[in-house]
Amino acid sequence: MSAISLKVNGRIHRVDVDPATPLLYVLSDDLDLRGPKFGCGLGQCGACTVIVKGQAIRSCITPVRSVEGAEITTLEGIGTIEKPHPLQKAFVAEQAAQCGFCVSGVIMTAKAFLDKNPKATEPEIQQAMSGVLCRCFTNVRMLRAIRQAGEEMAR
Amino acid sequence: MNLTHDARAALRRSGFSRRDFLKTSGALVVAFSVGAEKAAAQFGGPVAGSPPIGQLDSWIAIAADGMVTAYTGKEELGQGISTAQTQLIAEELSVPFDRVRLIMCDTALTPDQAYTAGSQSHPANFNRNNLAQAGATAREALLRAAADRLGVPVDQLQAADGVISVKQDPAKKVTYGELVAGKKFNLPLDPAARRKHPSEWTVLGKPVPRPDLPLLVTAEFEFVHNVRVPGMLHGRVVRPPAVGATVASVDEDSVVGMPGLVKVVVKKNFVGVVAEKPWQALQIARKLKIMWTPGTGLPSQADFYERVRKQPARDGVLVDSKDVEQKLAGAPTLLKATYLHPYQMHGSMGSSCAVADVQADQATLWSATQAVWYQKSTTAMVLGLKPENVHVIFRRGSGCYGLNGADTVTYDAALLSQAVGKPVRVQLTRQDEMAWENYGNAYVMDERAGLDAQGNIVAWDHESWVPARGNRPGTGTPGNIITGLLAGFEPQPFSPRSPAAAPTMYNNNSNGVPSYFAGNVGGKDHGTGIIRGERVLVHNVESPFWTGPLRSPARLQNTFAHECFMDELAARVNADPLEYRLRHLKDPRLIDVVKAATKSAKWEPRPSPNPARAARGVTAGRGLACVLYEGDNGYTAMVAEVEVNQDSGQVAVRRIVVANDVGPISNPDGLQNQIEGGALQGMSRALLEEVTWDEQKVTSIDWRTYHSFPLGFAVPKVEGVLLNRIDEEATGAGETSITLAAAAIGNAIFDATGARVRRVPFTPERVKAALEARG
Repeated sequence: MSAISLKVNGRIHRVDVDPATPLLYVLSDDLDLRGPKFGCGLGQCGACTVIVKGQAIRSCITPVRSVEGAEITTLEGIGTIEKPHPLQKAFVAEQAAQCGFCVSGVIMTAKAFLDKNPKATEPEIQQAMSGVLCRCFTNVRMLRAIRQAGEEMAR
Repeated sequence: MNLTHDARAALRRSGFSRRDFLKTSGALVVAFSVGAEKAAAQFGGPVAGSPPIGQLDSWIAIAADGMVTAYTGKEELGQGISTAQTQLIAEELSVPFDRVRLIMCDTALTPDQAYTAGSQSHPANFNRNNLAQAGATAREALLRAAADRLGVPVDQLQAADGVISVKQDPAKKVTYGELVAGKKFNLPLDPAARRKHPSEWTVLGKPVPRPDLPLLVTAEFEFVHNVRVPGMLHGRVVRPPAVGATVASVDEDSVVGMPGLVKVVVKKNFVGVVAEKPWQALQIARKLKIMWTPGTGLPSQADFYERVRKQPARDGVLVDSKDVEQKLAGAPTLLKATYLHPYQMHGSMGSSCAVADVQADQATLWSATQAVWYQKSTTAMVLGLKPENVHVIFRRGSGCYGLNGADTVTYDAALLSQAVGKPVRVQLTRQDEMAWENYGNAYVMDERAGLDAQGNIVAWDHESWVPARGNRPGTGTPGNIITGLLAGFEPQPFSPRSPAAAPTMYNNNSNGVPSYFAGNVGGKDHGTGIIRGERVLVHNVESPFWTGPLRSPARLQNTFAHECFMDELAARVNADPLEYRLRHLKDPRLIDVVKAATKSAKWEPRPSPNPARAARGVTAGRGLACVLYEGDNGYTAMVAEVEVNQDSGQVAVRRIVVANDVGPISNPDGLQNQIEGGALQGMSRALLEEVTWDEQKVTSIDWRTYHSFPLGFAVPKVEGVLLNRIDEEATGAGETSITLAAAAIGNAIFDATGARVRRVPFTPERVKAALEARG
């Protein structure tokens, strides 16, 4: 165990954990965040995706010590019901969820991509989202919502 | 080194020799029942202690502030049913949508409605029973109370927004809150209470947005994975390394002193660890030294389908006109084909999770099970507690699509919590989830049909082989799922029986009977078609793996075979697949969805394969399929348009059109969402998904070894054509489109190429093999 300082959604947290612990465990078990989810623990499905230094990363396979001091953003950090991020707004507008378990990882993956590629084309969005799963297969709505949010973000 | 009694016995028998072990303990006890989704009846009536289903107060409570609370035994799995049920109550009670609070599936609070499964929530709660009738009963009771209070006859009153007023003098009014003031109704459900006709609806039938969406996108939503209980510890289970392996010994010394260790738990062949934190539990579980007996071995996957045909079977006959062989022999044209469907998995996005708090003789469980009541009774068995002392609270999990790991992980958490006397949360690893699921059944299906001189079908025979083991636990069979078995319970028994007795009633719950059959049982036609020479014979055999309901269980597999074979028959007589279907159908609602889908898809009347198809390179085609889901639970037809790359064998689906008639539509956007998801999930299963195994174990254990379409790819256009039948009964909509995808895509591949792929999934290798076989 060692004391680690994390900057999550703009707030500094100090946790005392095994430094090899994957970031996801710290976010959901020590900081009690509901955004990032354990889907596979293997970096394959995207449910655990968070943004670190502007990059979408798989928090389930990222040792917490490797992100010490870095700016970490989870779904909680991009907007609220009252002040939603364009992606959050578009997902509600398009009713783009079924069970909703993948939503956090999908939105965070899309955000990291759109932040860098505001004018992305449809095939580029598809490519960017090709490492993320939605087993309810809400593909049609989610991709539509991402496209719409991208348009708003580019404005 | 602790050697359990069972392990000692197993080792004695095996002498550690795999060969001997196979001989003595290789008899896996298995069982199967077709139509498991409707098995509530089979498993008995309501569990004791549930709020009485015939009493209004079990369903609806109105607070002094007028807030309505509705209690339902049908839960939200992601299908949108919580929104629809809230709309239903808002509609029947004439209150705004946001004045209704819905409580789902809590064994201390809600009526026992068995499962949320089998597309049964609409049939159960949106017609003339249960929740819908409770709403109607409550409205009429409120109107009667208002009539007394205001001194005006009921027929001069109107209800809106939770207020009852006099039509001629709206200033004379009383609110629901004032009428009920938190008291009980003390009324039985009134079967004569008038439900509002869909033509009057203002909330139900509308595309009301889902209230859970804002919570989901802002991470405020509480999944079962997010449940946190004070003092909660974390568990991990250690599953056997091979199917049939049992615990020989557990070396607890191997983990002594590891950080966070609370306890190593062994109960027969169930092994788990409890730690202070989940990462610690995982490390401990990985390090724990366990000696397992060799597994019981698995049959080779290469010749599995052939092997299945030779197993002792429990037979069932769904229809039999007794003249099929004779008619087939006399028919000028005879066609035969065999269709194969693999085991597929639920493959939930989030591995299953539960939280249990077992203290002395009391247990509280937070579970994503589809059956809180049966989770209650069977967890009680697993823990050795009285069922009345077990409280199960539903919390939504990752989409399950049937019997995923939700039930078994609830046993896991309960066993570990009982062992430490503290609350324990367990989330399965990806491998534990996938390797020990109750998979959707593999199927071997033979079709034979005879055609007369005009090309019409005079006789059709369908014979299938279905390997199965375990099932939902029901009220009393925890051994039907892996943790129950490991903890010492047996799965439901299997007893071969052949030949089958003649059917006494028509049951097409599994869609074993093709849509084109007259379905004559007991001298009466029950089917949707006209073919009178008809037989359906099902052989239920033992499976080496656990099986259980997976979205459209049996219905999808049977429909794949029937609808592809229908296409083969049409092609044989050079008929347009649409015209040929219509020629053999008689149910007007099924005919209507077929016409609606093909009209919307701009179906070109002509035979398949497309005469204008390209002989090589990329070629396009369209395919049609239709079904009355479960024989009585939703009409649906699909047109799929595909492109086939004849060099690579790659299939790309470009467009899917689905027409649906599920009675009066509760929420058109919710229905559309289900149609889209079902179509694409069906496409993924048709093109990619197959459980694999080796001599000892399942080898589909993650997303590299079990394949699914990702979120981002060249997603086909999916178009829903919604037929809103406001004068019909409400039926299910969650499994309609998925049931048709494999058939429609298979038929489209044939149309594009002239090659028939009869084995799911349609991998590039199989498509190429079919292309080569067409000559």
